[in-house]
Amino acid sequence: MDYLDELEAEAIYILREVAGQFDRPALLFSGGKDSICLVHLALKAFRPGKFPFPLVHVDTGHNFPEALAFRDALAAELGERLIVRNVGDTIVKQKLQDAKGKFPSRNALQTYTLLEVIEEFEFDACIGGARRDEEKARAKERVFSVRDEFGQWDPKLQRPELWSIYNGKIDKGENVRVFPISNWTELDVWNYIKRENIALPEIYFTHERDCVLTEHGQLMADNEFLNLDENDEIVTRKVRYRTVGDMTCTAAVESEAYTVEDIIAELKEAKISERGATRMDDRVSEAAMEDRKKGGYF
Amino acid sequence: MDLLRFFTAGNVDDGKSTLIGRLLYDSESISTDIIETLTRQSKTTGENAEIDLALLTDGLRAEREQGITIDVAYKYFSTGKRKFIIADTPGHAQYTRNMFTGASTAQLAIILVDARNGITEQTKRHSIISAVLGIPQVLVCINKMDLADYSEQRFDEIVSEYADFSGKIGLNKVDYIPTSALAGENVVHKSTLMDWYPGPSLLQYLENIEIEVAESSDEARFQVQYVIRPQTEELHDYRGYAGSILNGKFHVGDEVTVLPSGLSSKISGIESNLEEVVSAGKNQPVIIHLEDDLDISRGNTIVPTNALPLTEKSLEATICWMDNTPFNSGQKFILQQNSFRTKAAIREIHSKIDIHSFGDLESDGTLRLNELAKVSVKTAEAVSYDPFKKLAKTGAFILINENTNQTVAAGVI
Repeated sequence: MDYLDELEAEAIYILREVAGQFDRPALLFSGGKDSICLVHLALKAFRPGKFPFPLVHVDTGHNFPEALAFRDALAAELGERLIVRNVGDTIVKQKLQDAKGKFPSRNALQTYTLLEVIEEFEFDACIGGARRDEEKARAKERVFSVRDEFGQWDPKLQRPELWSIYNGKIDKGENVRVFPISNWTELDVWNYIKRENIALPEIYFTHERDCVLTEHGQLMADNEFLNLDENDEIVTRKVRYRTVGDMTCTAAVESEAYTVEDIIAELKEAKISERGATRMDDRVSEAAMEDRKKGGYF
Repeated sequence: MDLLRFFTAGNVDDGKSTLIGRLLYDSESISTDIIETLTRQSKTTGENAEIDLALLTDGLRAEREQGITIDVAYKYFSTGKRKFIIADTPGHAQYTRNMFTGASTAQLAIILVDARNGITEQTKRHSIISAVLGIPQVLVCINKMDLADYSEQRFDEIVSEYADFSGKIGLNKVDYIPTSALAGENVVHKSTLMDWYPGPSLLQYLENIEIEVAESSDEARFQVQYVIRPQTEELHDYRGYAGSILNGKFHVGDEVTVLPSGLSSKISGIESNLEEVVSAGKNQPVIIHLEDDLDISRGNTIVPTNALPLTEKSLEATICWMDNTPFNSGQKFILQQNSFRTKAAIREIHSKIDIHSFGDLESDGTLRLNELAKVSVKTAEAVSYDPFKKLAKTGAFILINENTNQTVAAGVI
């Protein structure tokens, strides 16, 4: 078996285990490439039936409009149910403090909305597109990651996960985060997108964009959510996005990649990791991701 | 391009994480920003080495603080020849269950031995687990050769000691490489300090090793994960059994039996990759259709009528106890074999496995964390299985504590 077939088979197997084991699962869908791949895999797992779960998006309010448009179009095309909940609403309702600073990231605030939507619909499993190669705390997480009623991950109490036997048994109020593409790398995702001819939001491909150059040398799209001052210089560059997160914390990379093939060629030469190139939120400390996960983050 | 899944095991401080770090570093699989972070961290932990390569896989704060690996870390890299998935498993005895997790999906075990200490209790434990799990190929890296003067004689001593032991426990395919992960000798590049060793470096070995699976069965096996019933107007009568083919090959027209009910039918259609196909083979996700409308649900097994597996309510199994709380005879379990679940109880502990000799120890009526034992399991519904040595996919199970929902044991029949 070719390795992409093997990874695909593993992911479909996991998706079907979720359908078989849980009463109220959900697929977390952001309009980013990893969750788009999950949707593609779900088609292979469940068609001609409907998905046994809705697509759920926790919208920070800082998302790229291109990704949101893509999200809505894909859900409509497939005829699948899409549930959107807004971090902005949670901030008002729970009287939370909104993100501050020049690049106000609502990344950590997403957790509140995620836990709210889990409670609202009583989801017992949430499927996500996280991959172990993204970050070293993620490299430690099981495919079926059991969370307590506060959504917390306890890395020291993970269940042994043997062979392809997944234990999703939980008590009421707990839920399981499921990661079907745990074993995929960034390059695997792109090779799969190429092989399967999967459509993506256009911001993954190079385009001209007005950007702010940060002190770390990252390029941030000039947008209404940033709090810039007169010293910030706006530059126009040919850029693309390697990940699609919030406009306030996801940096663009300079690129000449117009096609999926170009992107694959570019990645093979890339010297900087996906999150390292694009995410401001992981730079806070060595254990930033571990701490967010313990608090209920994906 | 194919995929090789391997795991690394060894004592605490044998240098497993360093070896993997070295493998990734020297094969240029690490991004520059990660190296920068490592350099920064290495300084804060006050290591002598320029970069502490173990920090690459020790992803949890507690691991970095204590300098040990607590849980499995998965790492990915590829060369022009192969793609690799590494499970870096803990050496500490307390975390043996996590090692079991990493090992269960591997095709190759890399067991590290400290050249100064030779074979230890942990080496034996990890080797026995590899034997119990039927890992087809074992590679022993005799590491820290820099601290043993790169001595051929020391290498030979350990090889002969391990060969003796591995023969006893039934590990037949074993290879050996002398390495120094810290100095990078024989990891990616062939060492010039050990000319007496004619074989490949670790990476060369991994790129070229052909894994021969010991399993003998080619009998077709399928288990239902999920029943697809769209119940829409145009697909009113559609009923498809979704799952992956666990072994062998199924064809449209095959006479099949559904277990445990024992009812028979014929395959009327197979869908794979959103298309109708005439046949499908091992590991392929499919949807199977049968001619007759039988009562079939998740966990049921579909097999060729002329090649039935065993279907029984009492099983003889070797299990590894994985729970902090020891086994007591009143406990009730759920046995899970792939997607099949049934209530179960451990009826008798026949013996425990002595990790020094692989011999039998008398049972004391309980099972503690990380202990291996031969047991009789009784189930409420009959389990359809093949002996693990014949077919690992259907001969393995886990036990879930009904009360806590924890996975408390892993077993092979």
